[in-house]
Amino acid sequence: MTHAYTPGLRIAEKTKVTSRRVLPLMGDVIVKKGDVLKAEDVVAMTHLPGKVHALNAVNRLGIQPKDLREYMLKKVGDPVQKDEPIAETKPWVKMLKSVLHSPITGTIETISTVTGQILLREPPKPIQVFAYVDGTVMEIMEKEGVVMETTATFIQSIFGVGGEAVGELVIAVNTPGDILTAERILPAYKDKILVGGAFIQHNVIDKAKKVGVRGIIVGGFDDEDLRKLLGYDLGVAITGSEDIGITLIITEGFGQIQMAQRTFELLKSRAGAKTSINGATQIRAGVVRPEIIIPHNTTGKISGEKMDKPIDRGMEVGDPVRIIRVPHFGKIGRIKSLPFSPQKIETEATVRILEVEFSDGATAIVPRTNVEMIET
Amino acid sequence: MIKDDLNVIIATDCGSTTTKAILIEKKDGVYRQTFRGESPTTVEAPFEDVTRGVLNAFAEMEELSGRKILDGEKIITPAEGNVGVDIYVSTSSAGGGLQMMVAGAVKAMTAESAQRAALGAGAIVMDVIASNDQRLPHEKIDRIRHLRPDMILLSGGTDGGTVTHVVELAEYISAANPKPRLGMTFQLPVIYAGNKEAREKIKEILSKKTSLNITENLRPTLERENLFPARQEIQKLFLEHVMAQAPGYKKLMSWTGAPIMPTPGAVGLIMQTIARKNNINVVGVDIGGATTDVFSVYGEIFNRTVSANLGMSYSISNVLAEAGLENILRWVPFDIDESDLRNRIKNKMIRPTTIPQTLEELKIEQAISREALRVSFEQHKSLAVGLKGVQRERDISEAFKQEIAGETLVDMLKLDLLVGSGGVLSHAPRRSQAMLMMIDAFQPEGITRIAVDSIFMMPHLGVLSTINEKAATEVFEKDCLIHLGMCVSLVKGSIGKLQEKCISYKIAMPDGKKINESLPYGDLRVHPLSIDQAAEIEVLPTKNFDVGAGKGKPIVKKVLGGVVGIVIDTRGKPITLAKDKASRTEQLQQWAKAIGAYPD
Repeated sequence: MTHAYTPGLRIAEKTKVTSRRVLPLMGDVIVKKGDVLKAEDVVAMTHLPGKVHALNAVNRLGIQPKDLREYMLKKVGDPVQKDEPIAETKPWVKMLKSVLHSPITGTIETISTVTGQILLREPPKPIQVFAYVDGTVMEIMEKEGVVMETTATFIQSIFGVGGEAVGELVIAVNTPGDILTAERILPAYKDKILVGGAFIQHNVIDKAKKVGVRGIIVGGFDDEDLRKLLGYDLGVAITGSEDIGITLIITEGFGQIQMAQRTFELLKSRAGAKTSINGATQIRAGVVRPEIIIPHNTTGKISGEKMDKPIDRGMEVGDPVRIIRVPHFGKIGRIKSLPFSPQKIETEATVRILEVEFSDGATAIVPRTNVEMIET
Repeated sequence: MIKDDLNVIIATDCGSTTTKAILIEKKDGVYRQTFRGESPTTVEAPFEDVTRGVLNAFAEMEELSGRKILDGEKIITPAEGNVGVDIYVSTSSAGGGLQMMVAGAVKAMTAESAQRAALGAGAIVMDVIASNDQRLPHEKIDRIRHLRPDMILLSGGTDGGTVTHVVELAEYISAANPKPRLGMTFQLPVIYAGNKEAREKIKEILSKKTSLNITENLRPTLERENLFPARQEIQKLFLEHVMAQAPGYKKLMSWTGAPIMPTPGAVGLIMQTIARKNNINVVGVDIGGATTDVFSVYGEIFNRTVSANLGMSYSISNVLAEAGLENILRWVPFDIDESDLRNRIKNKMIRPTTIPQTLEELKIEQAISREALRVSFEQHKSLAVGLKGVQRERDISEAFKQEIAGETLVDMLKLDLLVGSGGVLSHAPRRSQAMLMMIDAFQPEGITRIAVDSIFMMPHLGVLSTINEKAATEVFEKDCLIHLGMCVSLVKGSIGKLQEKCISYKIAMPDGKKINESLPYGDLRVHPLSIDQAAEIEVLPTKNFDVGAGKGKPIVKKVLGGVVGIVIDTRGKPITLAKDKASRTEQLQQWAKAIGAYPD
């Protein structure tokens, strides 16, 4: 028996959201538990080891690897300046002296008497981790980072490109079925996060980038335009580190698809609020989906939380579902029946199916794996 | 560890998304696969314990089979009546499988041998670092640091040969100070299988920063490869380090009666067993959602490659990126807008568990699969070159000749059996679709038998073969392998004009009936011959064409049946597709009709 799997994307009007803010290497956490922070605040910092440069010393000096140490002016661990002599030969005739200069400022990493190489390392590069969301430090992971917590509107989407971005949320269209056109991108949208409707094209994203828009949330997008945006065909869905100057999040899928009414309404209700988004997507084991976090300006406890729970029960008759594959892609309806026995579909495959009833009363038979459960 | 006294065996494969369990029972002295159960794999949050998924799959199995397998969370052993099992075995590719980086002195020699050793052990090779790979030292170091493999295999130099290069590579690894993917607090396992003269130096450089393991040189001399010790060390470390760090695996390891194997390692074993037992050459493919594995066994020589990002769901978009839109479109038997096709592929990628509902969608997926299989097979053929196998002696001049020629060892004319596995092949609604996909993608030459894995159980049988080869082979032959039939094809380079006279053939059918027909160039025809039947075929090509014996020369051969039958294919090698869209779609429809691939 196969299990119907739904991605179970979370959509919540008001919920507790935690965010792990972790350094890539051990470092220093500079905030305390309980601190109330802004998204732009630094929570932890460290130094990434510098780039390593290799110098073929023996070739340059015309010596044997085993003799290299004798000619060194510096030893392992010593700091060096760019162009500073680090090794030299000692011939009788001074004119014949060869000197090896450091190509970088950094330290001597290793001196090899086997390969005759000197490895030099550039100075460490400082890196900082930001809070990313307005909220409270709930947990300190010593030397690693923090866990931020906030009460927020939280929306998981289906796909995104570009990393973290923070800005004020602006609804740039009238309805979820609208197309976000170039005329709708106004100079006033600098540093904002825009909500579009059903579709956006590459040239419009270009204009948004020129204006200085930080992020765009939209229902659908063409793969052809994604290729133009990235400059290559995206092969494996691991995104988030693209350097494209903007974060793009699509809520429904590829093609022109109206943004789910509920998602649109929820975003509209939070227009003007400070919003944190991340396009990072990883569709593999350990799925990561893009997220939209819009913190509420509340410091008190969450009361009367209205939150859509991730779907953790089986499907039942009457449940609302969205069909996620052609021929009914994007349509929303309710489960009319859930026949137990697998049935033959048009492809002649025998699979478990369900019957969906749409708002106009029409019905369709759909494989169970081709729907996702949604909340009303 | 051979176990003969087994009557009830339960086996699982913990895949990245699904844990699949099968039950094997000995009935009337013969092992048969009787029930199967599956459940989502639970390596990730919120469960983070692989055994939950295994227990769920067992629970489904209990429901279906009526056999009580679990007492709480304990497997009941041994089997008595309808209670318990005699042994539990498992494979795993959960959490991304075994991801390795290999390093060798010379790219085309030790580095390539190291790559083959890692692939043969069931690993995904993330990168191959070599002294002469054209990258600058800091680029190599950056790469080693950023990739975060599960382990590194370092080789280089024949025994008594170069020390410098391999020491240089060790220095780069040391400078990168890489961390393992799982278990941040542990040191990264590094296997050294290079020049034995360099061992002390390697210890000096790497023993403090990594968990260094030294084994025999995998290329002791230029003309000899010795991959077995390195492969064993990889599998040992896979269990000790990688598996032990993955959530729940310590518990899982305590349940199994044989060491857990990486899934592709187990599939490779079963391929080798089949080739050895039947004394045949085998090519096998396992096309999954994320990766495609290709195996070949020619005589004593076994090769395995993995195309880590070619697959039908998670990696479907990468098939488009690697093969190109044109190549996919050429297999689509109807007109479709390019932008629409692109969006459909991406939508499958972002919702990988959906299945085609319409015939049109099925045809698109099967078109993409042809390219995923073709590109994976090309990658396999390009690595299955030069020196191969364990301790295979060969003349030095021959070794050089092979390197220069770069000739693949995968000779399609000498191939006896082509086996396909994985969802798109095993679960194709009609078996004829699987046969046509494999013929189009692999383009067999001469006469080749083609089969599919019925429900994806080759990994289970592979690990089972390590403790009971009889059980594994019996189930493989009776329940796993579905023979589709035999394909009679032109050999490589056979190109003609459409409808040109190409071959005539006679088939002596088992019921005494004689078929005496001819087939022009560019066509496909099927003669049914059921799975347990055999016939004799005589094929006479015209003077411009070759079916294996030379141009214009006839061949006579016994052919075995299958659920599809004997497929006579005169479409040329490579298959000649019309250039204009309308003629091409007409061709594709005609061929699909000839083999009965789709409903009318």
